[in-house]
Amino acid sequence: MSTLKTNLNARSAEFRANAGAMSALVDDLRAKIDQIAAGGGEAARAKHIARGKLLPRERVRTLLDAGSPFLELSQLAALDMYDNEAPCAGIITGIGRVLGQECMIVVNDATVKGGTYFPMTVKKHLRAQEIAAQNNLPCIYLVDSGGANLPTWEEVFPDREHFGRIFYNQANMSAAGIPQIAVVMGSCTAGGAYVPAMSDEAIIVKEQGTIFLGGPPLVKAATGEIVTPEELGGADVHTRQSGVADHYALNDAHALAIARTIVGNLNRAKQVNTVLREPREPLYPTEELRGVIPADTRKPYDVREIIARIVDASEFDEFKQNYGTTLVTGFAHIHGYPIGIVANNGILFSESALKAAHFIELCSQRGIPLLFLQNITGFMVGKKYETSGIARDGAKMVTAVSCARVPKFTVIIGGSYGAGNYGMCGRAYSPRFLWMWPNARISVMGGAQAASVLATVRRDGIEAKGGSWSKEEEEAFKQPILEQYDRNGHPYYASARLWDDGVIAPEDTRRVLGLALSAALNAPIEATRFGVFRM
Amino acid sequence: MFKKILIANRGEIACRVIKTAQRLGVKTVAVYSEADALARHVGLADEAYCIGPAAAKDSYLRGDKILETAKNCGAQAVHPGYGFLSENADFAEDCAKSGLVFIGPPPAAIRAMGSKSAAKDIMGKAGVPLVPGYHGEAQEAALLQKEADKIGYPVLIKASAGGGGKGMRIVEKAADFAAALASCQRESKASFGDERVLLEKYLTRPRHIEIQVFADTQGDALYLFERDCSVQRRHQKVLEEAPAPGMSQARRNSMGEAAVAAAKAIGYVGAGTVEFIAEPGDGKKSAGTFYFMEMNTRLQVEHPVTEMITGLDLVEWQLRVACGEPLPRAQDELAINGHALEARIYAEDPDKNFLPSTGRITHLAAPAESRHVRIDTGVCAGDAITPFYDPMIAKLIVWDLDRPSALARMRGALEQFQVVGVSTNTEFLARLVSCEAFAKADLDTGLIERNRAELMPAPPLAGDEVLALAALAELLAIERRAKERAAGSGDPFSPWGSCDGWRLNQDNHHILIFRQGDREQAVTAHYRPGRFELELPGGRHSLTGAWQADGSLTAWLENAVLQANVVRSGQTLDVFFRGTRYQLELHDPALHEIDTDAHGGNLRAPMPGKIIAVLTKSGAKVEKGTPLIILEAMKMEHTIVAPGRGTVKEIHYKVGEQVNEGAELLGFELDKD
Repeated sequence: MSTLKTNLNARSAEFRANAGAMSALVDDLRAKIDQIAAGGGEAARAKHIARGKLLPRERVRTLLDAGSPFLELSQLAALDMYDNEAPCAGIITGIGRVLGQECMIVVNDATVKGGTYFPMTVKKHLRAQEIAAQNNLPCIYLVDSGGANLPTWEEVFPDREHFGRIFYNQANMSAAGIPQIAVVMGSCTAGGAYVPAMSDEAIIVKEQGTIFLGGPPLVKAATGEIVTPEELGGADVHTRQSGVADHYALNDAHALAIARTIVGNLNRAKQVNTVLREPREPLYPTEELRGVIPADTRKPYDVREIIARIVDASEFDEFKQNYGTTLVTGFAHIHGYPIGIVANNGILFSESALKAAHFIELCSQRGIPLLFLQNITGFMVGKKYETSGIARDGAKMVTAVSCARVPKFTVIIGGSYGAGNYGMCGRAYSPRFLWMWPNARISVMGGAQAASVLATVRRDGIEAKGGSWSKEEEEAFKQPILEQYDRNGHPYYASARLWDDGVIAPEDTRRVLGLALSAALNAPIEATRFGVFRM
Repeated sequence: MFKKILIANRGEIACRVIKTAQRLGVKTVAVYSEADALARHVGLADEAYCIGPAAAKDSYLRGDKILETAKNCGAQAVHPGYGFLSENADFAEDCAKSGLVFIGPPPAAIRAMGSKSAAKDIMGKAGVPLVPGYHGEAQEAALLQKEADKIGYPVLIKASAGGGGKGMRIVEKAADFAAALASCQRESKASFGDERVLLEKYLTRPRHIEIQVFADTQGDALYLFERDCSVQRRHQKVLEEAPAPGMSQARRNSMGEAAVAAAKAIGYVGAGTVEFIAEPGDGKKSAGTFYFMEMNTRLQVEHPVTEMITGLDLVEWQLRVACGEPLPRAQDELAINGHALEARIYAEDPDKNFLPSTGRITHLAAPAESRHVRIDTGVCAGDAITPFYDPMIAKLIVWDLDRPSALARMRGALEQFQVVGVSTNTEFLARLVSCEAFAKADLDTGLIERNRAELMPAPPLAGDEVLALAALAELLAIERRAKERAAGSGDPFSPWGSCDGWRLNQDNHHILIFRQGDREQAVTAHYRPGRFELELPGGRHSLTGAWQADGSLTAWLENAVLQANVVRSGQTLDVFFRGTRYQLELHDPALHEIDTDAHGGNLRAPMPGKIIAVLTKSGAKVEKGTPLIILEAMKMEHTIVAPGRGTVKEIHYKVGEQVNEGAELLGFELDKD
């Protein structure tokens, strides 16, 4: 076992300046989340409470085991979208423990536009189901939603990854033995009616929950029949007559207690088929991560300083330490779980790509989950590299990443640009979870590079026609491109659109990874079969 | 001295006898019922034999089985303790027939005192003063009513064969007499198999003073001074002391001599107690009068106070006298040294009119024993208090040079006595010994009733410190449960098992709701690294803490260190903090709702017991308060009445059936108004 030693001085001015810069970002993140967590505003919350209902986050607290962590997903979903009317996209998703089992919890927030589904709400709901399916997590839906958001129906209803996919997923997860449990704590209208109906077991709350395909206004319009919501689809109707729900609850707390009882009867036991160690804290406090990242993004640093503050006892057994040194690979443990780490320490060359492919093969062979610490501007460019086949070696790395069936986790700790994003297990490569640090940036290439490339193309065009282009004109041309890249490459912009599963503070990385690893081990680690490696 | 004796009893008295026997080198044999297989007395004895099922009539009252056991194991004598067979003349006779010594008086003496009416005749003839009353054999209701009217109200109706307060009724006016008589007869019949009663003038401020006597087979008898047992509830003693406060030497002599005369009049042998009722006006100035009440032909529960002031071991005396030895001391060799008090710690609920409380004792802590503090007990933590036997947990006896010092000792010792699992009277006793009337020795049997307001205050309300302790206990319990669960799982180190309520990018908290009666208080515990920040009614405070090796809880609330014992049973938390017990109910909204889901209108047994009368039938329409079923539990009658106007749907039990606490006795439908 080799132990990483730090070369940083936490008291140095530089370290403190770095920490200051990161702290400003983390403070901003926390302030945003606090705002978002309040849901649809004071008036809507007061109305919700006055109806005798628990607020959505209170429902989560009541459902989970006392003191259980809750690994919330996509907190920033729909941020600065839809005129900011859908904080959290009106739905809370995350993993928490119920009776000692990790479960996926999906909670509509009726204080946000009546819990209706915006396009991002659908995406967030589907992402939660995807995580549940990949990691074999029972799903508990706390339903309180008016269904699809009608004004945005084209982005919610017709396509493959739209509303209907929710029920498709429920059916297929149930078929795969992943329990589907619904608690109807409010409206469940139209398509929404299928959430409880498609569940293995459903609970409905007296005088709160309603389930119907067409609500009273639609019924009146269609047939002229005048009927109250309770008569049409209340708890009495569904538990005594229709059989659409199975359990009658007196109130929210009672309903959540019944949900816990149902989980208690699932007869599932988590089988962890990996060698565990007793967890040990890193030698260096995780809080120091704030000071490790240079405030100036162009300044290089050793990624081992980060690994040393994430892994158990700062123990890291490096693989091919002296080969392809712009990529760091090696074995460690996080919260006692074995993990193989692939971390950028500069741009990717052929050697680093080959090293990555080799290491990913090792981990797949041994059933060791993989962690990608992504900070990559891309693969090396230039004649020398193209002619020696850097694309061929890059393809090997991408093949290895694509095919590896062990659980993969990605944390974007800096830049995520171009093909580097692919090789380092970006969103398209289906890592089980993907998070960004607040300082991270994501785009097809760096803003400055993109602006220069576009400016060069433009200049060539102008000059080919015999025109001239002044330096000032070029700067004015580049400025909006830089701004666009800066805005749209920001982690908030990314997270709002679910390009990731959330933005996390550096010091939370160890905990978040530990929880995710543990959750992922609910599904057996599959054997990998790789595609053809271009030789 | 005997080589081996059998103790035909259980509980603290069996343990008490074993202790002396072992000191004297006498081997002991315990007997036990199936319910008592793990009882303390069984473990202490040299040998132990099971003699039958739990019910006393099938075990501790089975004289035949006990004698068979005694013969088989080679015991020479039987110590009957108190209660059970101790005053059963037939059993005493059977002992003799089996060649065993009955450690107690001759059967004739037991018989002479067994019928209270006959006893009073004998005493009257021996010149012992008697309370005006009717002790005749004729038992017609009309005649009894006439006699009662003649004596003048209030009148006391007592079971002739009774004792220990069972089968007694006070009648305040002539109109109430008939009903009280019927009830008394029913209870007497159930308890003693004999429904005869006697009547007495009821003294309004009586003191209960008893004289300990001892007589040997040589015909000598003496008295070991008096005990004052005036402090009673439901006619049962709870606090006894010796000597009696305000007792003059002259009066002590005359009562002692009367008691010795009484013993001699019936040819008494061994330990006995002559109970007197003393009229008000007694005390320092006037000698007052006293009347003979009854004689208990056995060792009394409260004998330790006499032992503490005389320095003698009354069980040793019993054994010596039973062996035929003369009394170890002469009257003029006896003297009173200091003052002793005994408090009987019962599993009972003072707030529910002292109803016995059954259940398993999950936590039992007693003060350390010393020359000042003595504890006679037959139970340990883990034992159950069952409806089969007396619910006494322990006798706490203290001694000091004078009464005020002994009182201070008693207060201190009671504060340290902690019991969880059943309700107890320890706090009630603590208030009793602290109340002004008791401190001033303004004693009579009505003391508790008269000082009810002071003695039964509303339960103490939990302040911030107690709430913080309760919250800490619960938060630590959550952690412990999670650790235990993790250890037993296939994923023991999972960070999901941490109990710090972690949230991504957010703070989190846990809300605890504590209830005390109607009062509900919420404590919000905000999770902070390595500690909690508590939102208490009085403000926000930082909290950390840990369980100590001795099971106590230490909390650091801001800068204050708090020490307490916190015991959780179900949703109830008992917090013992600075000498006070606070009982808090941890409210779980989900559990609560499930409970109230019951359809209402069902009438449940308030405690385990036996159905002794069904007063209604299914289909009956009844008014609110109509008696429906009578349950006998712990030898007391409890009447189950209609909760409102309605209809009896179905009766689930028959007379004679045993029911558990909470058992639905009958289905009842309230009329809809």
